Amino acid sequence: MTKSNDGNLDRRVVVAELLRDPGDLLVVTGLGAATYDAGAAGDRPLNFYLWGAMGGAAMIGLGIALAQPKKRVLVVTGDGEQLMGMGALATIAASGADNIAVAVLDNGRFGETGSQYSHTGLGADLAAVATACGWQTVVTARDMDEVGSLRTRLRRENMFAVLRISAEEKPRHLPPRDGAYLTDRFRRALGVATD
Amino acid sequence: MVHPTWQAEVYAALKAAGIAQIGYVPDAGHRHLIEAAHADPDMKPVVLTTEEEGIALAAGAWLGGARCALLMQSSGVGNCINMLSLPVNCRMPFLTLVTMRGEWGEFNPWQVPMGTAAPHVLTAAGVHVRRAERPDEVAEMVAAAAAFAFDSQVPVAVLLSQRLIGAKVWVK
Repeated sequence: MTKSNDGNLDRRVVVAELLRDPGDLLVVTGLGAATYDAGAAGDRPLNFYLWGAMGGAAMIGLGIALAQPKKRVLVVTGDGEQLMGMGALATIAASGADNIAVAVLDNGRFGETGSQYSHTGLGADLAAVATACGWQTVVTARDMDEVGSLRTRLRRENMFAVLRISAEEKPRHLPPRDGAYLTDRFRRALGVATD
Repeated sequence: MVHPTWQAEVYAALKAAGIAQIGYVPDAGHRHLIEAAHADPDMKPVVLTTEEEGIALAAGAWLGGARCALLMQSSGVGNCINMLSLPVNCRMPFLTLVTMRGEWGEFNPWQVPMGTAAPHVLTAAGVHVRRAERPDEVAEMVAAAAAFAFDSQVPVAVLLSQRLIGAKVWVK
């Protein structure tokens, strides 16, 4: 059994850096620790947190990106969540959308359920999958210098990034979880609410 | 290829309802809508690898202020179930047009289980289900379903019966 993940980045520090001074960046987070990390970085109406719908984060990002072609969308999710929606990597690449980036916090584990090894901890390489799906810009970051450069690039480029984070568990930070509330405040902040 | 008139009417109904994105997993019964979507410079068609992607796509469209419809076959309904928690939990509109297999004159037994289960599992997952049987009722039903979905912010499926679509012919 190959255990190839060698990440040592601190996920909270990584996400705080990626989301620093977010401006009008439209953020979607995958369920579990990615949602907690984004909430800990600072709750804001233009963060749409998933607490379920596993595998859906990147596709929600695509729907927003197509609806808001002049804005930038950043999806922040975990390896397990992206593995469940791996087909979305092909769908997004094929869609031609040019205002979306996906950042996968990859610890090679299903952290929410007892830290069992995920497929990326057993040899699968999501960056290689994204490349094979047609993503033109794919980056794997292993240190904070690379993360700092990614913060800017993820807001400018249509790219897929894997961030090799440590499997260390963090205290849960719980942002709002009422889906109707999250939806309504996102639409109002974006100025698209109709009532 | 000559398309039945009702299919052009359905596309017009989707346009009239403000649909700007169409996610689809291809089905022969949706061929006209898919071709019309790709020929329409104001429509964003998105080919999906699996139907549940379309639920998430539609949720994102709504968050971004746009309207999306999902086209799929009844066999794809089963792929959608957990993702339907998204529109239900977030009180989002969702509109899908489902071409039915496994009923009228079906040749392929593998289509029967999901065709039979489709309306039941959609209902169980919180989706309002409508069913069109006749060409003269389809466009009106789609228009009403779209109004219901987007005005009342609920998930709605319109099942297009296999009799309406025409059973797939297997003889060459």
